[in-house]
Amino acid sequence: MESDILVVDDSAAIRKILQRVLRQTGMSIRTIHEAGDGQEALEKLKTTTIDLVLTDINMPKMDGLQFLAAMKSSAECRHIPVVMITTEGGETKVAEAVRLGAAGYVRKPFTADQIKEKLAGFLETALPL
Amino acid sequence: MKLEELLIDSLTRAAAQVFSTMLDVQVRCGSTSTERGLPQANDGVVSFIGLAGAWAGTGSLACSPVMACRICSQMLMTEQTAVNEDVLDAVAELTNMIIGGVKTDLEPHLGQLGLSIPTVIFGRNFKTKGAGGAEWIVTPFFWDEDALLAKVCLTRSEKSLAHATVLDPTCHLDF
Repeated sequence: MESDILVVDDSAAIRKILQRVLRQTGMSIRTIHEAGDGQEALEKLKTTTIDLVLTDINMPKMDGLQFLAAMKSSAECRHIPVVMITTEGGETKVAEAVRLGAAGYVRKPFTADQIKEKLAGFLETALPL
Repeated sequence: MKLEELLIDSLTRAAAQVFSTMLDVQVRCGSTSTERGLPQANDGVVSFIGLAGAWAGTGSLACSPVMACRICSQMLMTEQTAVNEDVLDAVAELTNMIIGGVKTDLEPHLGQLGLSIPTVIFGRNFKTKGAGGAEWIVTPFFWDEDALLAKVCLTRSEKSLAHATVLDPTCHLDF
């Protein structure tokens, strides 16, 4: 089954890199949607069926932890796994993300292999890895 | 270890890791210097990102337009010949990742630090100056002959007295 992924990051550069990296993983992906902050992502979730969310933490308007908390308090969205992809490597932020229900955590800078490894449990593989 | 040594080590490690991982480029680290006083005129691309907590300061990257385009081209795997929104965004993200790495290294010693959203400026003959006259640690990184200056300044903020017990007593930071 093909999956829809939502990438949430205020950096267009990171969104483009993740688009490329995700396509290279061999995972079975239908569409990679994008949002520039937590608010925009919540709007996207209202209108689009999403199977996995990758989100930054430091973003304007609504940061990644606020977005994660909002998602997990929503009956429609709380089942969607959320992987944090962020420069925030401190134990406090990681612990907060886990407490709020994050399914995984990847530190920037990241390699394609790290992304692939982290997402392996969430998405089906379309091609032999 | 002195705070200055910690900053230099961390900046060098973070920059090398970000260039290696995100751009597949090995950069050469130049000699670190300190900078204080009246700022020099700048041409090119300069970014800033704020650090705040018990210690507060700023991280900054500066490079030529050619270097900025080269960074963006390598990062996004697209040809960039002029400074545009993509190039500025790539430099902003590079700043976020390098100074974010420094922040993570410093937190065990200085307590939790917040990181702002980066700002990037592109222009000619402009000056930048931080309030407070703090000393900047400046390390150049070279990709072939193109240079990128990475700078950090950090001073103890008013909150630091309340935070003093968090500091590791085995880490001899000179303030």
